[in-house]
Amino acid sequence: MTGERPIGEDDLQAYVDGRLPPPRREAVKAYLSEQPATAAQVEREIALREALRARLAFKAQEPIPSRLRVANLMAARRRSSSLRPAAFAAVLAWLAIGGVLGAWGGVWWASRAQRQAEAVSVADTAIAAHRIYVSERLHPVEVPAEQEGHLVQWLSRRVGKPLTAPNLNAQGYHLIGGRLLPDGGEAAALFMYENGGGNRLTLYARSGDEAQTSFQFEERDGVSAFSWIENGLSYVVTAKVDRAQLLPIAEAIYKQFQATGDPAKGRL
Amino acid sequence: MDEIASLLEPQIPGLRRYAWALLRDGEAADDLVQDTLERAISRWHQRRDGDLRAWLFAIQRNLFINGLRRRKAQGTHVGEGALSDVQAPDMSPETHAGLHDVLRGLDALPEEQRSILLLIGVEDLSYEQAAQVLDIPLGTVMSRLSRARARLREFMENGRSAVLRRVK
Repeated sequence: MTGERPIGEDDLQAYVDGRLPPPRREAVKAYLSEQPATAAQVEREIALREALRARLAFKAQEPIPSRLRVANLMAARRRSSSLRPAAFAAVLAWLAIGGVLGAWGGVWWASRAQRQAEAVSVADTAIAAHRIYVSERLHPVEVPAEQEGHLVQWLSRRVGKPLTAPNLNAQGYHLIGGRLLPDGGEAAALFMYENGGGNRLTLYARSGDEAQTSFQFEERDGVSAFSWIENGLSYVVTAKVDRAQLLPIAEAIYKQFQATGDPAKGRL
Repeated sequence: MDEIASLLEPQIPGLRRYAWALLRDGEAADDLVQDTLERAISRWHQRRDGDLRAWLFAIQRNLFINGLRRRKAQGTHVGEGALSDVQAPDMSPETHAGLHDVLRGLDALPEEQRSILLLIGVEDLSYEQAAQVLDIPLGTVMSRLSRARARLREFMENGRSAVLRRVK
């Protein structure tokens, strides 16, 4: 039925690939029987096609490396999804500006990487501050809880983000005050609480990345700390209790911040 | 998530083979496949109801080409060592010589011809799928395939002097 159509290069290629419907295939065969030179080329191309397939076959038979498992890739993506696109877009924007500004982009990127490294050490800084100030008898805080409104407003302004002092009465702790601290050239806030037994806990807050993280637990010489990042603030809650006792307190603080959503609504 | 995995994972062996044929380096090839899968996952919901296989190979090829452009722009030299002397150890000398030459011949072709030979001849994409991956009309697929096969054949018959070797 298609026998009258002249043979084209598309027919020859489909013949090499074995993809012609039988009638057309017969027509190509008949054509090639009268064109020995073309027939020899086609045979050679079929042989090369087979050789290439055979040479590469092993790669598709290898076991798939675990780093290419879709479940692993998706898990990695979930871990970093809130951070990466924004950071990446910002870098691309800088690179697009190019030239001198591109160099500034490099500086900015380096300082950002440095900040991320510092974020890891926020817990260490917070634990150190905890140690120094909870044992302070005369001046554990700069501004006492009686001036809570002023304290929160002042620390929010210095840290650059709206803060709140969470209510931990249900956990048996009451606010005794807070202070301003330096942290890597930036301002950080420290709220201090005390329970009926005189045990103190601190909540450390400083401006952090936009990324959100889950709780990270640290323990140094009997002092426990949970840290997390939420709404651009890096928090560390620290007390001389064990992990199981501190976790419900950290969760209570976290939930209060979640409930207020925008912390500014809470107090300011 | 299970749905994505169950659709993507059957495509991975072919993507790895295509990547390796282009790059001839196991680690670099799997990096390319990983980039491809990550991009596919992140754009999963933007995927039109088209052909998944063609979509994935198109992503991978575009990433490969972008990588080439970047390397060229940076002036990074891709050494001959990355291309040559890839041997399958378990082959008889005769077979080995022939198959070794096939990869030599493949390397001698420009990327668009290498890709079309690999996508159609090795990965068994349909001509329509190949047109989608290469973003060219179906007619161009057939003429490019014809040219690529002729060029490979000529290279195999006349040796490397016949076709100017191209740096990948």
